[in-house]
Amino acid sequence: MKKVLAKCYLWLLLAMLYAPLVFIAIFSFTESKVMGNWTGFSTKLYANLFTGNMNSGNGLISAVENTLIIALIAAAVSTIMGTIAAIGIYNLKGRKKQAMQFLNNIPMINPDIITGVSLFLLFVFLGVSQGYVTVVLAHITFCTPYVVLSVLPKLSQMNPNIYEAALDLGATPAQALRKVLVPELRPGMISGFILAFTMSLDDFAVTFFTRGTIGLDTLSTFIYTDARKGGLTPELRPLMTLIFLIVLILLVVINVRQEKAKKTVKSR
Amino acid sequence: MSKRSSWSIPYFIFMVVFVVLPLILIVMYAFQDGSGHFTLANVTRFFSDKDSLSTFALSIEVALENTLLCILLGYPAAWILANKDLNRSAVTVMLFIMPMWINALMRTLATAELFNVMGFTLGKGTLLFGMVYDYIPFMIYPIYNTLQKMDASYAEAAQDLGATPWQVFWKVTVPLSKPGIMSGVLMVFMPTVSTFAISEFLTNNKIKLFGTIIQENINSSMWNYGAALALIMLIIIGLSSFLGGNEQAEAEGGLI
Repeated sequence: MKKVLAKCYLWLLLAMLYAPLVFIAIFSFTESKVMGNWTGFSTKLYANLFTGNMNSGNGLISAVENTLIIALIAAAVSTIMGTIAAIGIYNLKGRKKQAMQFLNNIPMINPDIITGVSLFLLFVFLGVSQGYVTVVLAHITFCTPYVVLSVLPKLSQMNPNIYEAALDLGATPAQALRKVLVPELRPGMISGFILAFTMSLDDFAVTFFTRGTIGLDTLSTFIYTDARKGGLTPELRPLMTLIFLIVLILLVVINVRQEKAKKTVKSR
Repeated sequence: MSKRSSWSIPYFIFMVVFVVLPLILIVMYAFQDGSGHFTLANVTRFFSDKDSLSTFALSIEVALENTLLCILLGYPAAWILANKDLNRSAVTVMLFIMPMWINALMRTLATAELFNVMGFTLGKGTLLFGMVYDYIPFMIYPIYNTLQKMDASYAEAAQDLGATPWQVFWKVTVPLSKPGIMSGVLMVFMPTVSTFAISEFLTNNKIKLFGTIIQENINSSMWNYGAALALIMLIIIGLSSFLGGNEQAEAEGGLI
């Protein structure tokens, strides 16, 4: 009885969470301009999305491209800088270490809008014209702390002597870094990269304030401007449905695999 | 070993330029007029402007209500998810986190559209519902995390010593899951206070929140007043994270 009630509650909450997503998915199969107006089954929006033949022009496609490129660059740079920083912070002591950790926490505690406004003021103050470069810099700023936090635990789990041992056995520092340190830190770097990548993909406020007036759009700012103009580009519906499906499949596969791995470990 | 501590220097410089300096600039712009002279006018303007003050009060109110609703709805969910008799699958947990990977603005717009189709008028009710919908995963996940790591023997001990299940829940489980609740509160409260766009979409521009007036001022080149408003928000955030401890970062870092 208790179990049934518990399950019901979970499924009710999930139904609430997924209702809008299902709503988008359903209305991706009709041609109407506005969501909620069913004008018969059609896959035309999907065709439009793939052929790039849209009423709104190329805006949506280039917004998707920008989003992915910015997220890739920001995540890659954050991963490298964050890993190096984590090694440095790990080797710091006392007050200096505390200060760096505090500094590292600031961008994570700051709400997006504060990060966005403060970076906007910085670029205005420095007289930098805002566009692609400023958006990427801003994304690196709020992504790197997450990489640092993902790599730090791996450093404390690692035996510090193996790096020294590699040096004693004649490895150059570069070799020791590449062959000893990086493989040890790789799981932390990977989860840091994924975290940074998703944070960047999902960002709206920071991009909004740092993109300047050159008409640079990521998916978020595209949706925002589109909605303010009144009427979303209909092709967003199939796009969101596809993203939703891809993420869902990826996450289910990862989780099922992890559960299987856990079970095989236990059965041994 | 000590030599490698210098590896933190580039990051330190980066953080000073892109985090510390920008925050100082907020303070600086907040206390300047358009021509760069020191003034308190921006701050006093906020405290004498009825519209800004009521927007501010409304934002705090909505954020508090949203946080409370997220705890009330999210805690039972987290408890069920962490309970091994009731839920064995990590996939169910994942299903709760998964909507966060879909663009928040798009989800919000779809929610608003759904309300329209169902015949609700957009207003404060839909705003709250939409916010709960957007932020509840951030409450469920940290609570689930602490509940899951919790040592079950405490609850068992309480039971053995004669506590009823209800007492066990209120006197053992809830107090032990407090760190999870705190980080959930921070992860819900602070984004709600500062949100913009979401409130516009969910209320058809009828209700403005604090984030929206910051954005409007910055975008209409009223940088100094915008900065003053941002500074006030920064103080609120600083206070609430000081009171709430520093668990937010850890909880967010654990999302993957």
